[in-house]
Amino acid sequence: MSTEDAGRAVPVVAEDWNPTAGPDPLVRAKHGLIGAQVSRLDGPLKVRGEARFAAEYVMDGMVYAALRYSTIARGRIAALDTSAAEDADGVVLVMTYRNAPRMQPPPLFLTDPKAAGGSDLPVMQDDSIHWNGEPVAIVLAETQEQADHAATAIEVEYESSPPRTFEEARAHPRTPDSLVGQPVEVLVGDAEAALIDAPRSVDLTYRTPRHNHNAIEPHAVTLGWDGDDLIVHDASQGVTGHAWTFAQVFGIDEEQVHLTSPYVGGGFGGKTLWSHHLVGAAASKLAGRPVRVTLSREGVYRLVGGRTITEQRVAIGADDDGHFKALIHTGISTMTPHNALAEQFTFPARHMYATETLKTDQQVVDLDMLSNSFMRAPGESVGTFALESAIDELAIELDLDPIELRIRNEPDKDPSTGLPYSSRHIVDAWRAGAERFGWAPRAQPGTRREGDWLIGTGCATATYPYHRFPGGAARITLDKTGQATIAVPANDMGMGTSTTQTIVTADRLGLPLERVTVAYGDSSFPGNLLAGGSSQTASIAGAVISAQRALVKQLLALAGDESPLAGLTAEEVGGRDEGLCELADPTRWESYAEILNWAGRDQVTVTASASDPAEMQAYSMHSTGAIFCQVRVNAITRETRVDRVLGSYDCGRIINAKTAASQFRGGIIMGIGLALMEDTNFDERTARIMNPSLAEYHVPVHMDVPAIELMWTDIPDPYAPAGARGIGEIGITGVAAAVANAVYNATGRRVRDLPITLDKLL
Amino acid sequence: MIELTYARATDIDDAVRRATGGEGRYLGGGTNLVDLMRETVETPAALVDVTGLSQEITPTADGGLMIGAAARNTAVAENQAVRSGYPMLARAIVAGASAQIRNMATVGGNLLQRTRCTYFYDTDGSRCNKRSPGEGCDAIGGFNRNHAILGASAACVATHPSDMCVALAALDAVVHLRSASGARTVDLCDLHRLPEDRPDIETVLEPGELITAIELPPPNAAERSTYRKVRDRSSFAFALVSVAAALELDGDTVTGARLALGGVAHKPWRARRAEEVLRGQPATESAFLEAADVELAAAEPLADNAFKVELARRTLAGVLQQLTEGVRT
Repeated sequence: MSTEDAGRAVPVVAEDWNPTAGPDPLVRAKHGLIGAQVSRLDGPLKVRGEARFAAEYVMDGMVYAALRYSTIARGRIAALDTSAAEDADGVVLVMTYRNAPRMQPPPLFLTDPKAAGGSDLPVMQDDSIHWNGEPVAIVLAETQEQADHAATAIEVEYESSPPRTFEEARAHPRTPDSLVGQPVEVLVGDAEAALIDAPRSVDLTYRTPRHNHNAIEPHAVTLGWDGDDLIVHDASQGVTGHAWTFAQVFGIDEEQVHLTSPYVGGGFGGKTLWSHHLVGAAASKLAGRPVRVTLSREGVYRLVGGRTITEQRVAIGADDDGHFKALIHTGISTMTPHNALAEQFTFPARHMYATETLKTDQQVVDLDMLSNSFMRAPGESVGTFALESAIDELAIELDLDPIELRIRNEPDKDPSTGLPYSSRHIVDAWRAGAERFGWAPRAQPGTRREGDWLIGTGCATATYPYHRFPGGAARITLDKTGQATIAVPANDMGMGTSTTQTIVTADRLGLPLERVTVAYGDSSFPGNLLAGGSSQTASIAGAVISAQRALVKQLLALAGDESPLAGLTAEEVGGRDEGLCELADPTRWESYAEILNWAGRDQVTVTASASDPAEMQAYSMHSTGAIFCQVRVNAITRETRVDRVLGSYDCGRIINAKTAASQFRGGIIMGIGLALMEDTNFDERTARIMNPSLAEYHVPVHMDVPAIELMWTDIPDPYAPAGARGIGEIGITGVAAAVANAVYNATGRRVRDLPITLDKLL
Repeated sequence: MIELTYARATDIDDAVRRATGGEGRYLGGGTNLVDLMRETVETPAALVDVTGLSQEITPTADGGLMIGAAARNTAVAENQAVRSGYPMLARAIVAGASAQIRNMATVGGNLLQRTRCTYFYDTDGSRCNKRSPGEGCDAIGGFNRNHAILGASAACVATHPSDMCVALAALDAVVHLRSASGARTVDLCDLHRLPEDRPDIETVLEPGELITAIELPPPNAAERSTYRKVRDRSSFAFALVSVAAALELDGDTVTGARLALGGVAHKPWRARRAEEVLRGQPATESAFLEAADVELAAAEPLADNAFKVELARRTLAGVLQQLTEGVRT
């Protein structure tokens, strides 16, 4: 047996391993399916319509819910008449604050590892109103149509005060407690003084608008009580957190909530716990019947928080060669006193460029609105718009190629923490991307024309941090046929997580794909995982590393004295060819099935917790990318269309080339929407969203999406499980700046407030 | 539940009889009316389905074209006589909505589609004089980027959303009507009203009056005509501004022009002032811009839509320039 062949067995990690002790053995593996194009394993099920989503579950005796939303933002319910609704055909219950059961407010994100509340406002507990769209009543009826109709028959009168406007509130900003657990302010040296002293500088303000979630599946939940146990068929991107948060609100044990969410039609940060979950469960309790709550598209806008507006200052001081002397990124966003997310748009500036001095800081103002929340790459999406636009502006000021300017400021360690990077190959990504795109010195702005269209090119850096959250765990069940099932409380909103983890687990255990089943989307599974922060790929892989060790130890204990594996320790073996072998001598091999059969066992089950994410403290870990685009702007009407986009990424190892490409591509399309059209019309007179529909809230249509080319370095991160840093969010980052920079190149007009609509270019 | 009756008309007389005297509405493809019913903007007591009436597209004696009101938008856009004789109409239709919607929507229904003003749609949260006359208009001080710059009133600043109607206005189309009291015709340009103090009354149709057909006069300057729609994304968005234009030239001199603007007013806006100014002028960009300026001199932009004046000016002049050069956009 050749040395190469011996290396096919994937070793087991040592006791108490964490990634800082050495790379996940899978990182070194050169064989297997990792990196191949694998179609989603649940694809056929979805295409056939057999994957059941939250609003498709039927429970015995189920009734249908409709919600009534407030039409004021601030004040109280002065009069409420539900009698006509109660008398309407088919109505089972009308619940308002008057008859709602007492509930604890949902614990807010970040207040506990499992807290999933987008807002910690009490839900339907008194007559006060806090945002325009707050649910004031829920109607249960025998059919959806009866419920919808009865909800319109409720008469509500309000006493209202004018909502605070951004312009008023901005005079009194506050500093948030943290930015998703990180310090709000980061200072290295005196950046303001360095800016003044710098021979070359830009100091600019950028603005981004509100955005709302528009997953293809509107939020829905089907739930019912069995005594004090709550059964929930949910659309969730955090099943453990949803179950735990339900339990806190209703004062029951976490184990009494049985929550599953196997199929979800898009999450993007929005499929977390919102008030429809809680009023639905409360009404179900009152009515004594299971309930299905299906939000309308408008309902999603009323109840599910989106992205805040931002106003950002980016100032860069540089020497004549473009080396940064000062980098300042500060700004303001909006929040409510009841949410935890300020939109950390200053994060990219902390990690991306070498600079002698650095200052990042954020403030917030409180408005009378629905709590804003996670939306794909919260922070980095809009933060890279400002930062990467400013770098383009500096490059023009310096008459320097913008890629060269970025490479000149490539740091050798993290500028804010001083930590080494775990793995950073952005310069490779820039160079490879530039070659593929055909990046060339740009024409003077406004000079390149094809017919009526002005042509321009632009580029920008993409970046998103690596996350692996504590608390991950995995259960592996191996049966005597050699079939392995891993159970993780993970979530797959369509990204392909279950397929990806099937690949990783199969390669790790030495099994073919069809010998591995990934069970997920069930709150009863051990550990805590959230499909957020691009964390799941590494988090699940990290848990399976530990579970594999536990499994191998148990298998070796079961292997008999006659086994070829007799006497070997876990450190001495690895998985290959549907069994275990000695690493030093792969001919000492026994199949999983034989081990179990010899031991007379039908199956073996192990559960293990992931190591703590010590790598995040030891290293600066970030995915990066280089975005290139070409736009055309009509010389007469100033319509902007994107002609081409290329994304060249450095995200560690890519597990599944097919689903990864879809993730990048989807993120880039969302980035085109961010650049050119997404804009929540929030009427400040009433704090009401005026375009709560896909007709009026524009996202890109097919014709807005050009050919998108993708490439990646595929260099494994030695400190990330499976070598993968996660790719869910990075696709949207950098895109808006690349488009804005290309629009400038096409027209000579710099647009610093999104979206770039034609009126800003006339 | 909101009770309503539904009947499928067998012919024009049957349709008119069923709708007369009641709170009935004629139902075409339902692509707008059914949406409005879902949102409770409209709550008709009776629906008279007229999709079974004439869908024929037939030549008229004088060389024009008669289009049955039940013809689907797609059928009109794909009709060879339309494509060759009235290309701006085919272009306008395919610039609107999506293929699925165009397959359903009828010509008669398209004429009567209602504004997409978001305050009009917001039945429980906003005031709207078009929905509830005298209530007030929340669009005037609110989001009005998509609203009217011409012919609006203190009561209403909504725009008419149709693309097809803009082309029909420029084509001098005639609308054939039937009611219990008989048949009559109305020029398309006179079908829709400006809002004045009654924005709830959108057309000159009498209660129960039915659109039976659209008549197009013989083709004229088809080879030098087009429809240009400017919007925020490349499909499935209403016009910020649109232009339907046909230009007649004798050498370098404009001998005639038929121009209409969309997205700017409560009705498809026939730009007769610009047409008059252009007649006899040299076909130059400066003449086109001047004509646009004359047409737009009466514009009264709102807080968010001042750009439409410049956009309409540029688009109108740009389209005419392209037609002069013989290049269709």
